[in-house]
Amino acid sequence: MATSVPFDPRVLKAPHPVPGAPDNWKRFFSFNTDAKVIGIQYMAVALLFLLVGGLLAMIMRGELITPPADLVDPTVYNGLYTMHGTVMLFLFLFPILNGFNNLLIPPMIGAPDMAFPRLNALAFWLFPLFGIILMASFFVPGGPSGSGWWAYPPVSTQNPLGHFINGQFLWILAVALSGVSSILGAINFITTILRMRAPGMGYFRLPIFCWTALAAQTIQLIGLPVLTGGAVMLLFDLSFGTSFFRPEGGGDPMLYQHFFWFYSHPAVYVMVLPVFGIFSELFPVYARKPLFGYKVVAIASFGITFLSLIVWVHHMFYSGTPQWMRNLFMVTTMLIAVPTGIKVFAWLGTLWRGRIRLSTPMLFCLGGLFNFIFAGITGIMLATVPVDIHVGNTYFVVGHFHYVIFCTITFGVFAGIYHWFPKFTGRMYYEGLGKLHFVLTFIGSTLNFLPMHWAGLMGMPRRVASYDPEFALANVLASLGAFLLGVATIPFILNIVSSWARGPKAGPNPWSAIGLEWLLPSPPPAENFEDDVPTVISGPYGYGLGQPLVEHQERYVARAKEA
Amino acid sequence: MTGVPLDTAPADVATTHGGHGTHGGYNLTGFIIFLCSESVIFLALFVGYTTFKLSSPVWLPPGVEGLEVREPLINTIILVSSSFVAWAAERALARRRIWRFRAWWLLTMAMGSYFVYGQAVEWSQLRFGLGDGVFGGTFYLLTGFHGLHVITGILLMGLMLIRSFQKGNYDGGEAGVVSVSLFWHFVDVIWIVLFLLLYIWQP
Repeated sequence: MATSVPFDPRVLKAPHPVPGAPDNWKRFFSFNTDAKVIGIQYMAVALLFLLVGGLLAMIMRGELITPPADLVDPTVYNGLYTMHGTVMLFLFLFPILNGFNNLLIPPMIGAPDMAFPRLNALAFWLFPLFGIILMASFFVPGGPSGSGWWAYPPVSTQNPLGHFINGQFLWILAVALSGVSSILGAINFITTILRMRAPGMGYFRLPIFCWTALAAQTIQLIGLPVLTGGAVMLLFDLSFGTSFFRPEGGGDPMLYQHFFWFYSHPAVYVMVLPVFGIFSELFPVYARKPLFGYKVVAIASFGITFLSLIVWVHHMFYSGTPQWMRNLFMVTTMLIAVPTGIKVFAWLGTLWRGRIRLSTPMLFCLGGLFNFIFAGITGIMLATVPVDIHVGNTYFVVGHFHYVIFCTITFGVFAGIYHWFPKFTGRMYYEGLGKLHFVLTFIGSTLNFLPMHWAGLMGMPRRVASYDPEFALANVLASLGAFLLGVATIPFILNIVSSWARGPKAGPNPWSAIGLEWLLPSPPPAENFEDDVPTVISGPYGYGLGQPLVEHQERYVARAKEA
Repeated sequence: MTGVPLDTAPADVATTHGGHGTHGGYNLTGFIIFLCSESVIFLALFVGYTTFKLSSPVWLPPGVEGLEVREPLINTIILVSSSFVAWAAERALARRRIWRFRAWWLLTMAMGSYFVYGQAVEWSQLRFGLGDGVFGGTFYLLTGFHGLHVITGILLMGLMLIRSFQKGNYDGGEAGVVSVSLFWHFVDVIWIVLFLLLYIWQP
């Protein structure tokens, strides 16, 4: 018919609703280039995989509740822990933190979007792709990879059934694709932070979350190519008959361990740094005080980045590493305690004599900080060569890294979700359900991971389906904790779904927080501030100082309220 | 540093920003960051190769005496000089001599293609395969991975050449050409290191 129907040209350019247009949920299922849509896509898919990984964990804990291997076959158990670790790291934590980067970085620095929106969408869509590839390995002959998430050769170069497409092959493919996606993301996040800041926002006015994102993504850029190089060589060994890591052909399996840990140890910092960023954002809001030692906290992030690249051999103390190398890496590993300690004391200094509000995000932050200090202490123990030789590959290690990965990082992730939920959905979550979620998660995680340290010190090896009855009590407690954690997700899901659908309207700034993102309406329009980017005139976290963050602040506040 | 905008670019872009996908100004920044990451993967492969070579008790597979140097040297000279040709093309474009740019650009592509051809001929004449010990594996992995980069570079140059025939493409700067040319120099430098490691450093 007639083509003369007038249209808003912005509709053609942006496949998402322009401000004022009705909300279009279909955009979450499309190749959308809006960072806020991509951020929510990342988070939703990642949370689905959290459920998958959690289910695998609960099957394992069900198996371990009794000493003999009775619930599942030991071979199946190998596949379970391999997939549990891989799913939780590559399909839950990395993607969900990329979700935070997408949601938070542009509004926090006053940018309309990421520097490369199409690249951003591509990086996201690789994620469900490699997620499906990894899940497909459950259905190939021989089942999923059983070589653990670190896939050491010679276990990972075995292909007893002789199929070209086997669990290990799909595992390597998924990890390599995840690396490509993460590098594309890293290029985008770094370029955005370096080049798209609002006028007046110098590096020392950048919110700490952006500092930590910058530090974490730098690690991705330096570390991931090394892992990818190792993964490609492993794939060739597995599928094309080379012998890079096969001793019988002149190869060196230790070299793989170096390649793997050169990235995969720093990978922990890729995950924990943004969580440090979340802590640094949230403590000032809920203690109503400026962040203690802002500049030092900012620079300490890069201290962690630098140190993280020279500690990897501490995973190989018992792999025939020469003594001088052990000593060297023991010292560098312990040095990490300095920048992280600086951050911990900065948070404590922020809380000191603050007017503390115990909302759900703050509870998760405090819980996470508490657990992180515990994890840091066991980390120092593990960095010590004699202790590590003794407890390496026992449940002590398992307990330690779950205190990092779950009790610190995932707590921080939950804190961030609750804190920014009203900003990006426009709705307030239900505080009672949130607090219930926190209490169940805290009790569940303590019950689950604390007894593991005890079992490990007694000598229980990790990655086994059956164990000596003397470890039974610790394992029963851990299993009960794991099931409680499963239960804890129910109030969380209930809360997110019901409050997004019909929660009370949140308003632009429910926490009375200071930051560019809180000067936008909730949810923010597609291009954030569009052409009217505010000029920043003071540093972040000016709680109680009474100075405005940007020029003409009243105008932005009034406009956000109107929308 | 606080209080002063570090550069004025964000403000400019914010005002010209219309829709998505129009951030030409950042392409070069992003590309340089990408190349930093790329150099790490090559660095990892070089370190791996060196470690293997220094620690392997038996390096050459039986029946192989080493690698022929003459033909690869000619190849190397052609690839390295193509970097200067690419630089000439870039200069021509900066002076708005579009046809001269196309000619130099096409010559760069031809030299790159000759390099790939030379590599293919060399591969076909070698008497060891991918599976012949660490020597065979690393040789094919390193040269193959580098060759993929050369082919990518040639394809990207072809894309830039096609774009030069579309009107108004280079009015607002040549970020694409600058990036591709940077990529080409990068691939050349990598090859120089590879040539030294694989062909010159022989037992």
